[in-house]
Amino acid sequence: MDNVTVATETHAAHEEHHVSLPQHRHHFETPEQQREAGTFGMWLFLLTEIMFFGGLFFAYLLYRNWYNPAFVAASNQLNIPLGTTNTAVLITSGFFMALAVWAAEVRKKTFLVATLLLATIFGLVFLGVKYFEYKEKWEKHHIPGASFDISEFVNPPRDAKTGKPVEEPLSPDMAQKTQVFFSLYFAMTGMHALHMIIGVGLLLWLIPRAQRGDFTAGYVAPIENFALYWHFVDIVWIFLFPLLYLINRHPV
Amino acid sequence: MSTTSSTILNLPDQKTATIPKMNYITKEDGLWSWLTTGDHKRIAMLYLISITFFFFIGGIFAGLIRLELLTPQADLVASDTYNKLFSMHGIVMVFLFLVPSVPATIGNFLIPIMIGAKDLAFPKINLLSWYLYVFGAIFILAAMIWGGVDTGWTFTTPLSTHYLNTNVVPAALGVFIAGFSSIFTGLNFIVTIHRMRAPGMTWFKMPLFVWSNYAASILMVLGTPVLAITLTLVALERTIHIGVFDPTLGGDPLLFQHLFWFYSHPAVYIMILPGMGVISEVMSTFSRKRVFGYTAVAFSSVAIAVFGFFVWAHHMFIMGVSNYSALVFSLLTMLVAVPSAIKVFNWAFTMQKGSITFETPMLYSFAFIGLFTIGGLTGVFLGSLGMDIHLTETYFIVAHFHYVMVGGMLMAFMAGIHFWWPKLVGRMYPESLSKLAAVTSFIGFNLTFMPQFILGYLGMPRRYHSYPAEYQVLNVLSTAGATVLGVGFVLPLIYFAWSLKYGEIAGNNPWQATGLEWQIQSPPLTENFTETPIVTQEAYDYEWLANKTQHEVTTVG
Repeated sequence: MDNVTVATETHAAHEEHHVSLPQHRHHFETPEQQREAGTFGMWLFLLTEIMFFGGLFFAYLLYRNWYNPAFVAASNQLNIPLGTTNTAVLITSGFFMALAVWAAEVRKKTFLVATLLLATIFGLVFLGVKYFEYKEKWEKHHIPGASFDISEFVNPPRDAKTGKPVEEPLSPDMAQKTQVFFSLYFAMTGMHALHMIIGVGLLLWLIPRAQRGDFTAGYVAPIENFALYWHFVDIVWIFLFPLLYLINRHPV
Repeated sequence: MSTTSSTILNLPDQKTATIPKMNYITKEDGLWSWLTTGDHKRIAMLYLISITFFFFIGGIFAGLIRLELLTPQADLVASDTYNKLFSMHGIVMVFLFLVPSVPATIGNFLIPIMIGAKDLAFPKINLLSWYLYVFGAIFILAAMIWGGVDTGWTFTTPLSTHYLNTNVVPAALGVFIAGFSSIFTGLNFIVTIHRMRAPGMTWFKMPLFVWSNYAASILMVLGTPVLAITLTLVALERTIHIGVFDPTLGGDPLLFQHLFWFYSHPAVYIMILPGMGVISEVMSTFSRKRVFGYTAVAFSSVAIAVFGFFVWAHHMFIMGVSNYSALVFSLLTMLVAVPSAIKVFNWAFTMQKGSITFETPMLYSFAFIGLFTIGGLTGVFLGSLGMDIHLTETYFIVAHFHYVMVGGMLMAFMAGIHFWWPKLVGRMYPESLSKLAAVTSFIGFNLTFMPQFILGYLGMPRRYHSYPAEYQVLNVLSTAGATVLGVGFVLPLIYFAWSLKYGEIAGNNPWQATGLEWQIQSPPLTENFTETPIVTQEAYDYEWLANKTQHEVTTVG
């Protein structure tokens, strides 16, 4: 039997079925196959991203165990209200992104453009808040390097009423290790912010295309896959926020 | 099966065959059409040219190293130049040759065809990954031209972050970028294998070459990002002193080792697994038998990939890891030997009672099996704690991984290139000359690296450019072997180039092999198949092939 034969009839049937999409690539048999392949590829890419951030999380885990007091003291220096605001901002941005996917699927062009714009704006707000947080760190000399200052951890400020230190004072040796925390803080949130910037860049490329109606005629793959990326960036923050800001938090 | 030229439709007799007018090479002309192509076959050829270039660059460094080691004194180069030589040799060979060698060239060319697809799932990403490779390579070349880098290929901290004034950052950046090239190749392969198989091509009908590349792709996708973040941290440590690997700031250099080897140990399986796939194809074709224990060989690839992720700390036995973790990692290391042995035994059983012929790819495969077994078994020596402490950082290690990487991987690469050369370009390589090259490189290889096992056992440390006089005899042997080995690798370069124009025309299926790639014209059409194949036969079904040929003869004649 000759098994490597033509499936002429089935093939022709497929052709007839799905010639509609101009974005259909010749090497895929059907648009469904193309869409599935694209989504699968995106998930795999996100897997590589998990491994990429994984290295940093591993470092965090290790040093947190070694220098726990320093990590506790240093994490209390982070600005919780700003961090919480940012978490809310990011989740809102993700919410609009999810709406954008829906809009593309039900082919509502104006709504799609609007939600993409809102997702972009909330993304930019996040980056803006992050800028103020970094600025605060700079002013408090919490940027690792030559100007890093441990005095606050060795001699914590005293509470005006009780006269007791607001924090447990650290030995100079342990206080030095707060620098490791801040290094990791900047590496992790910086890497996250870099992903946000790339995401905003991609959004600014998607919006004019959405305006042109590229994604509201049945071809939603770019929106869908970008949404996966955007949600992934959200999720990374959802892990970063408790690990860096909240864990071991105690009332001052 | 009688094949006379007048009766054959799909399998023209080699003597009368012509190169098909329409194929992926003749489709479009001009450099631009190659540089912007989405065709997996053209991208494979671009990769083949670039990795060959870097193979010879790395080879020149190796030659200079061996030349320096001809005499006990340091007379050819200064010690820091010597450090740069072996570092650049390692970086170029590992990241610019071995990692992309089989997957990006032969794999890129053949995986879509073997599973009956028209192309990889993401042609543009495939092209992007070649450009990333080239950009990464340019950074590494720039690091060389600006004065080289001398960290060793491992970028070990704190050496790389604190003590060296060489081009660590450009080299690390180059490796980082080239790493993304390999991530994208792996991602493309996985999606293609999952989503693009032809009707009837089930997982267990796929050729074992596809299985092994699939396993290697998993490693690329999961391992390489960890290398990326590790090198990022090294670069940050070096430029803005973030202190993650710096003990004076509370960091730990051992963390670097963990992260680096978490990629770099699986990386050796990224390098060897596709080579093992080549051997499965070649062994079956030239024994005219289905690969013995197909399922076991397929799963052993995946098992190697999985185990490969849990052995990294065996690179760190002398670096102060705890005794318990050393013990566990030693045990896990020996476990990897099991799937590797399954493969070797199954190849041996494939040959049993087969009708074996000794074409060049088969000779290279024999070399692979022998040399890989030696390399693998010495790996078990090194995996056992007691031996390792004696042998770490000696020439024994150097010999061990060259047996696996050169004796194993490079021989497999040569086997694959010879085996599929007729499919790649439509012409045969010269058979007798290539047999000479295979034998020459086998002899040269053993002469180079066997003495290094002895040197290592006697205690000669690696990475020194001078040594006590009593080691000279063995070093001279090794350098002589390297010369022979060099000849064995230059020869193919010459005759492959020659065969592009003057080689005998191959026809569709010069080896009478069963894979889908052999059932189409050579060189293939841009879309590979004129019609989507429907697969009902098992892999390596020679009866099916005989029937198919018979069928064609009767229909036409």
